[in-house]
Amino acid sequence: MKYLKFLVIGIFFGIVLVKSEAVSWYRIYEMFRFESFHMYGIIGTAVGTGIILMLLSKQFKIKNTEGSLMHVPTKERGLIRYLLGGSLFGLGWALSGACPGPMYILVGTGVFSMLIVILAAIFGTYFYGVIKDKLPH
Amino acid sequence: MESILQPWPWYISGPLIALTMFILIYLGKTFGMSSNLRTFCAIIGAGKKTEFFDFDWKSQKWNLTVVLGAVIGGFIAHFWLSNPVDIALNPDTVEHLSQLGFDNAGKSLLPSELYSWDAVFSIKGLSILIIGGFLVGFGTRYAGGCTSGHAITGLSSLQRPSLIAVIGFFIGGLIMVHLLFPLIF
Repeated sequence: MKYLKFLVIGIFFGIVLVKSEAVSWYRIYEMFRFESFHMYGIIGTAVGTGIILMLLSKQFKIKNTEGSLMHVPTKERGLIRYLLGGSLFGLGWALSGACPGPMYILVGTGVFSMLIVILAAIFGTYFYGVIKDKLPH
Repeated sequence: MESILQPWPWYISGPLIALTMFILIYLGKTFGMSSNLRTFCAIIGAGKKTEFFDFDWKSQKWNLTVVLGAVIGGFIAHFWLSNPVDIALNPDTVEHLSQLGFDNAGKSLLPSELYSWDAVFSIKGLSILIIGGFLVGFGTRYAGGCTSGHAITGLSSLQRPSLIAVIGFFIGGLIMVHLLFPLIF
Protein backbone atom coordinates (compact mmCIF):
# COMPACT_ATOMS: atom_id res chain seq x y z
CA MET A 1 0.00 0.00 0.00
CA LYS A 2 2.90 2.28 0.87
CA TYR A 3 3.98 2.11 -2.76
CA LEU A 4 0.57 2.43 -4.37
CA LYS A 5 0.80 6.24 -4.57
CA PHE A 6 4.12 5.98 -6.40
CA LEU A 7 2.62 3.50 -8.83
CA VAL A 8 -0.24 5.92 -9.51
CA ILE A 9 2.19 8.84 -10.01
CA GLY A 10 4.19 6.72 -12.46
CA ILE A 11 1.06 5.77 -14.40
CA PHE A 12 0.03 9.44 -14.55
CA PHE A 13 3.51 10.46 -15.72
CA GLY A 14 3.55 7.74 -18.39
CA ILE A 15 0.16 8.78 -19.74
CA VAL A 16 1.10 12.48 -19.85
CA LEU A 17 4.36 11.81 -21.70
CA VAL A 18 2.71 9.60 -24.32
CA LYS A 19 -0.26 11.92 -24.84
CA SER A 20 2.06 14.94 -25.14
CA GLU A 21 4.13 13.05 -27.76
CA ALA A 22 7.27 13.96 -25.75
CA VAL A 23 8.25 10.28 -25.97
CA SER A 24 8.44 10.51 -29.77
CA TRP A 25 11.84 10.32 -31.47
CA TYR A 26 10.37 12.55 -34.20
CA ARG A 27 9.43 15.29 -31.72
CA ILE A 28 12.97 15.32 -30.31
CA TYR A 29 14.43 15.57 -33.82
CA GLU A 30 12.03 18.38 -34.67
CA MET A 31 12.96 20.18 -31.45
CA PHE A 32 16.68 20.09 -32.22
CA ARG A 33 15.94 21.46 -35.69
CA PHE A 34 13.92 24.31 -34.11
CA GLU A 35 11.05 23.48 -36.46
CA SER A 36 8.27 23.34 -33.91
CA PHE A 37 7.31 25.09 -30.72
CA HIS A 38 5.71 21.93 -29.30
CA MET A 39 8.59 20.59 -27.16
CA TYR A 40 9.65 24.10 -26.10
CA GLY A 41 6.07 24.73 -25.05
CA ILE A 42 6.03 21.56 -22.94
CA ILE A 43 9.37 22.21 -21.25
CA GLY A 44 8.65 25.95 -20.89
CA THR A 45 5.23 25.53 -19.26
CA ALA A 46 6.56 22.68 -17.08
CA VAL A 47 9.38 24.87 -15.79
CA GLY A 48 7.11 27.93 -15.48
CA THR A 49 4.53 25.97 -13.49
CA GLY A 50 7.31 24.36 -11.47
CA ILE A 51 8.83 27.71 -10.53
CA ILE A 52 5.44 29.01 -9.39
CA LEU A 53 4.68 25.86 -7.36
CA MET A 54 8.09 25.94 -5.69
CA LEU A 55 7.84 29.66 -4.87
CA LEU A 56 4.31 29.20 -3.46
CA SER A 57 5.37 26.27 -1.30
CA LYS A 58 8.24 28.36 0.03
CA GLN A 59 6.03 31.41 0.59
CA PHE A 60 3.39 29.46 2.50
CA LYS A 61 5.97 27.21 4.19
CA ILE A 62 4.17 24.10 2.99
CA LYS A 63 5.42 20.95 4.68
CA ASN A 64 5.86 17.63 2.94
CA THR A 65 4.15 14.47 4.16
CA GLU A 66 7.16 13.73 6.33
CA GLY A 67 6.60 16.95 8.26
CA SER A 68 9.59 18.97 7.08
CA LEU A 69 9.64 21.95 4.74
CA MET A 70 9.51 21.02 1.08
CA HIS A 71 12.94 20.99 -0.43
CA VAL A 72 14.70 20.10 -3.63
CA PRO A 73 18.12 18.44 -3.56
CA THR A 74 20.76 21.05 -4.36
CA LYS A 75 23.10 20.24 -7.23
CA GLU A 76 26.79 20.63 -6.45
CA ARG A 77 28.59 23.59 -7.94
CA GLY A 78 30.59 22.84 -11.02
CA LEU A 79 30.96 23.47 -14.70
CA ILE A 80 32.84 20.74 -16.57
CA ARG A 81 30.69 17.84 -15.44
CA TYR A 82 27.47 19.64 -16.36
CA LEU A 83 28.69 20.89 -19.71
CA LEU A 84 30.51 17.72 -20.76
CA GLY A 85 28.13 15.20 -19.19
CA GLY A 86 25.18 17.20 -20.47
CA SER A 87 26.59 17.23 -24.01
CA LEU A 88 27.18 13.47 -23.99
CA PHE A 89 23.63 13.01 -22.74
CA GLY A 90 22.36 15.30 -25.52
CA LEU A 91 24.18 13.27 -28.17
CA GLY A 92 22.52 10.09 -26.94
CA TRP A 93 19.13 11.75 -26.45
CA ALA A 94 19.02 12.99 -30.05
CA LEU A 95 20.26 9.67 -31.45
CA SER A 96 18.01 7.30 -29.53
CA GLY A 97 15.19 9.84 -29.15
CA ALA A 98 14.65 8.71 -25.58
CA CYS A 99 15.74 10.09 -22.23
CA PRO A 100 15.52 7.96 -19.08
CA GLY A 101 11.78 8.50 -18.42
CA PRO A 102 10.49 7.84 -21.94
CA MET A 103 12.71 4.75 -22.23
CA TYR A 104 10.53 2.88 -19.77
CA ILE A 105 7.30 4.43 -20.98
CA LEU A 106 8.01 3.35 -24.56
CA VAL A 107 8.43 -0.26 -23.46
CA GLY A 108 4.85 0.04 -22.22
CA THR A 109 3.72 1.20 -25.66
CA GLY A 110 5.00 -2.11 -27.00
CA VAL A 111 8.45 -1.11 -28.30
CA PHE A 112 10.45 -3.98 -26.82
CA SER A 113 13.60 -3.12 -28.79
CA MET A 114 13.84 -0.19 -26.37
CA LEU A 115 15.08 -2.72 -23.81
CA ILE A 116 18.39 -2.70 -25.71
CA VAL A 117 18.67 1.06 -25.18
CA ILE A 118 17.84 0.62 -21.48
CA LEU A 119 20.48 -2.08 -21.05
CA ALA A 120 23.04 0.10 -22.83
CA ALA A 121 22.08 3.04 -20.59
CA ILE A 122 22.55 0.89 -17.47
CA PHE A 123 25.96 -0.11 -18.80
CA GLY A 124 26.78 3.55 -19.52
CA THR A 125 25.89 4.46 -15.94
CA TYR A 126 28.00 1.53 -14.70
CA PHE A 127 30.94 2.67 -16.81
CA TYR A 128 30.64 6.18 -15.35
CA GLY A 129 30.70 4.73 -11.83
CA VAL A 130 33.87 2.80 -12.61
CA ILE A 131 35.86 5.66 -14.14
CA LYS A 132 34.32 8.63 -12.33
CA ASP A 133 37.39 9.42 -10.22
CA LYS A 134 39.46 9.81 -13.38
CA LEU A 135 37.04 12.34 -14.95
CA PRO A 136 37.16 16.11 -14.48
CA HIS A 137 34.12 17.32 -12.50
CA MET B 1 -13.53 11.95 -23.71
CA GLU B 2 -12.79 12.81 -27.33
CA SER B 3 -10.24 15.45 -26.29
CA ILE B 4 -8.46 12.88 -24.09
CA LEU B 5 -8.11 10.55 -27.08
CA GLN B 6 -6.51 13.30 -29.18
CA PRO B 7 -2.86 14.30 -28.61
CA TRP B 8 -2.63 16.73 -25.69
CA PRO B 9 -1.45 20.28 -26.37
CA TRP B 10 1.80 21.50 -24.82
CA TYR B 11 0.07 23.94 -22.48
CA ILE B 12 -1.77 21.03 -20.84
CA SER B 13 1.14 18.57 -20.83
CA GLY B 14 3.81 20.90 -19.44
CA PRO B 15 1.93 21.87 -16.27
CA LEU B 16 0.97 18.20 -15.70
CA ILE B 17 4.66 17.25 -15.80
CA ALA B 18 5.36 20.00 -13.24
CA LEU B 19 2.55 18.56 -11.12
CA THR B 20 4.23 15.14 -11.21
CA MET B 21 7.42 16.74 -9.93
CA PHE B 22 5.61 18.70 -7.25
CA ILE B 23 3.71 15.69 -5.89
CA LEU B 24 6.94 13.68 -5.61
CA ILE B 25 8.63 16.53 -3.74
CA TYR B 26 5.53 16.89 -1.55
CA LEU B 27 5.90 13.20 -0.68
CA GLY B 28 9.46 13.90 0.44
CA LYS B 29 11.02 12.40 -2.69
CA THR B 30 12.43 13.84 -5.87
CA PHE B 31 11.71 13.72 -9.60
CA GLY B 32 14.69 11.95 -11.16
CA MET B 33 14.28 9.16 -13.65
CA SER B 34 17.94 8.50 -14.39
CA SER B 35 18.71 7.62 -10.75
CA ASN B 36 17.00 4.32 -11.44
CA LEU B 37 19.79 3.35 -13.85
CA ARG B 38 22.22 3.62 -10.95
CA THR B 39 19.84 1.63 -8.77
CA PHE B 40 19.74 -1.17 -11.38
CA CYS B 41 23.55 -1.31 -11.23
CA ALA B 42 23.37 -1.63 -7.44
CA ILE B 43 20.73 -4.38 -7.67
CA ILE B 44 22.90 -6.54 -9.91
CA GLY B 45 25.77 -6.23 -7.45
CA ALA B 46 27.96 -3.48 -8.93
CA GLY B 47 28.43 -2.13 -5.39
CA LYS B 48 30.76 -4.99 -4.49
CA LYS B 49 33.54 -3.63 -6.64
CA THR B 50 32.57 0.00 -7.24
CA GLU B 51 31.89 2.37 -4.38
CA PHE B 52 29.53 4.52 -6.49
CA PHE B 53 27.02 1.66 -6.49
CA ASP B 54 27.54 0.65 -2.87
CA PHE B 55 24.30 1.92 -1.36
CA ASP B 56 21.10 0.40 -0.06
CA TRP B 57 19.07 0.13 -3.26
CA LYS B 58 15.98 -0.79 -1.26
CA SER B 59 15.76 2.88 -0.27
CA GLN B 60 14.99 3.53 -3.94
CA LYS B 61 12.08 1.11 -4.20
CA TRP B 62 9.68 4.04 -4.38
CA ASN B 63 11.40 5.30 -7.55
CA LEU B 64 11.44 1.83 -9.12
CA THR B 65 7.71 1.78 -8.44
CA VAL B 66 7.35 5.06 -10.34
CA VAL B 67 9.18 3.36 -13.25
CA LEU B 68 6.81 0.39 -13.13
CA GLY B 69 3.89 2.82 -13.15
CA ALA B 70 5.39 4.70 -16.10
CA VAL B 71 5.51 1.48 -18.12
CA ILE B 72 1.87 0.78 -17.26
CA GLY B 73 0.98 4.40 -18.04
CA GLY B 74 2.65 4.07 -21.44
CA PHE B 75 0.54 0.99 -22.13
CA ILE B 76 -2.71 2.63 -21.02
CA ALA B 77 -2.10 5.82 -22.98
CA HIS B 78 -1.03 4.06 -26.15
CA PHE B 79 -3.55 1.24 -26.32
CA TRP B 80 -6.58 2.62 -24.50
CA LEU B 81 -6.40 6.41 -24.60
CA SER B 82 -5.28 7.14 -28.15
CA ASN B 83 -7.04 7.38 -31.46
CA PRO B 84 -4.68 6.37 -34.24
CA VAL B 85 -3.50 9.76 -35.43
CA ASP B 86 -0.28 10.94 -37.04
CA ILE B 87 2.05 13.22 -35.11
CA ALA B 88 1.54 16.73 -36.48
CA LEU B 89 5.18 17.35 -37.38
CA ASN B 90 6.40 20.36 -39.31
CA PRO B 91 6.34 19.41 -43.03
CA ASP B 92 9.95 20.66 -43.28
CA THR B 93 10.95 18.14 -40.62
CA VAL B 94 9.22 15.34 -42.53
CA GLU B 95 10.99 16.44 -45.71
CA HIS B 96 14.42 16.48 -44.03
CA LEU B 97 13.77 13.06 -42.56
CA SER B 98 12.83 11.62 -45.90
CA GLN B 99 16.11 12.93 -47.32
CA LEU B 100 17.91 11.06 -44.53
CA GLY B 101 16.00 7.89 -45.45
CA PHE B 102 13.28 8.03 -42.79
CA ASP B 103 9.93 7.32 -44.44
CA ASN B 104 6.56 7.55 -42.69
CA ALA B 105 7.73 10.23 -40.24
CA GLY B 106 5.09 10.79 -37.57
CA LYS B 107 3.02 7.70 -38.41
CA SER B 108 4.23 6.11 -35.18
CA LEU B 109 6.01 7.30 -32.02
CA LEU B 110 9.38 5.92 -33.13
CA PRO B 111 10.93 5.34 -36.57
CA SER B 112 10.87 1.73 -37.72
CA GLU B 113 14.23 2.50 -39.36
CA LEU B 114 15.72 2.37 -35.84
CA TYR B 115 13.38 0.33 -33.66
CA SER B 116 11.89 -2.42 -35.85
CA TRP B 117 13.37 -5.89 -35.35
CA ASP B 118 14.76 -5.70 -38.90
CA ALA B 119 16.74 -2.63 -37.85
CA VAL B 120 17.76 -4.13 -34.53
CA PHE B 121 19.20 -7.20 -36.25
CA SER B 122 21.48 -5.14 -38.49
CA ILE B 123 24.95 -4.14 -37.30
CA LYS B 124 24.26 -0.47 -37.93
CA GLY B 125 20.84 -0.46 -36.29
CA LEU B 126 22.02 -2.32 -33.21
CA SER B 127 25.07 -0.05 -32.90
CA ILE B 128 22.89 3.05 -32.99
CA LEU B 129 20.65 1.84 -30.16
CA ILE B 130 23.60 0.70 -28.03
CA ILE B 131 25.66 3.85 -28.57
CA GLY B 132 22.62 6.08 -28.03
CA GLY B 133 21.67 4.29 -24.81
CA PHE B 134 25.24 4.24 -23.55
CA LEU B 135 25.66 7.99 -24.08
CA VAL B 136 22.39 8.70 -22.28
CA GLY B 137 23.35 6.50 -19.32
CA PHE B 138 26.92 7.75 -19.08
CA GLY B 139 26.11 11.41 -19.74
CA THR B 140 23.21 11.61 -17.33
CA ARG B 141 25.23 10.32 -14.40
CA TYR B 142 28.26 12.45 -15.29
CA ALA B 143 25.97 15.48 -15.42
CA GLY B 144 24.16 14.38 -12.26
CA GLY B 145 20.68 14.25 -13.77
CA CYS B 146 18.56 14.04 -16.90
CA THR B 147 15.59 15.88 -18.33
CA SER B 148 13.49 15.29 -15.20
CA GLY B 149 16.21 16.07 -12.66
CA HIS B 150 17.86 19.02 -14.40
CA ALA B 151 15.53 20.46 -17.05
CA ILE B 152 12.35 20.22 -14.96
CA THR B 153 13.33 20.02 -11.27
CA GLY B 154 16.62 21.91 -11.42
CA LEU B 155 15.32 24.77 -13.55
CA SER B 156 12.11 24.97 -11.49
CA SER B 157 14.22 25.52 -8.40
CA LEU B 158 16.42 28.03 -10.25
CA GLN B 159 19.68 26.12 -9.92
CA ARG B 160 22.60 27.29 -12.02
CA PRO B 161 24.18 23.80 -12.45
CA SER B 162 20.95 22.58 -14.04
CA LEU B 163 20.94 25.48 -16.48
CA ILE B 164 24.50 24.56 -17.50
CA ALA B 165 23.48 20.91 -17.87
CA VAL B 166 20.48 21.82 -20.05
CA ILE B 167 22.73 23.97 -22.24
CA GLY B 168 24.94 20.86 -22.48
CA PHE B 169 21.91 18.73 -23.49
CA PHE B 170 21.32 21.15 -26.35
CA ILE B 171 24.96 21.34 -27.42
CA GLY B 172 25.00 17.53 -27.71
CA GLY B 173 21.59 17.32 -29.37
CA LEU B 174 22.40 20.01 -31.93
CA ILE B 175 25.75 18.41 -32.80
CA MET B 176 24.04 15.04 -33.27
CA VAL B 177 21.14 16.27 -35.41
CA HIS B 178 22.96 18.85 -37.52
CA LEU B 179 26.50 17.48 -37.85
CA LEU B 180 26.37 13.74 -37.21
CA PHE B 181 22.99 12.68 -38.64
CA PRO B 182 24.07 13.49 -42.23
CA LEU B 183 27.12 11.24 -41.66
CA ILE B 184 25.24 8.41 -39.93
CA PHE B 185 22.13 8.23 -42.13
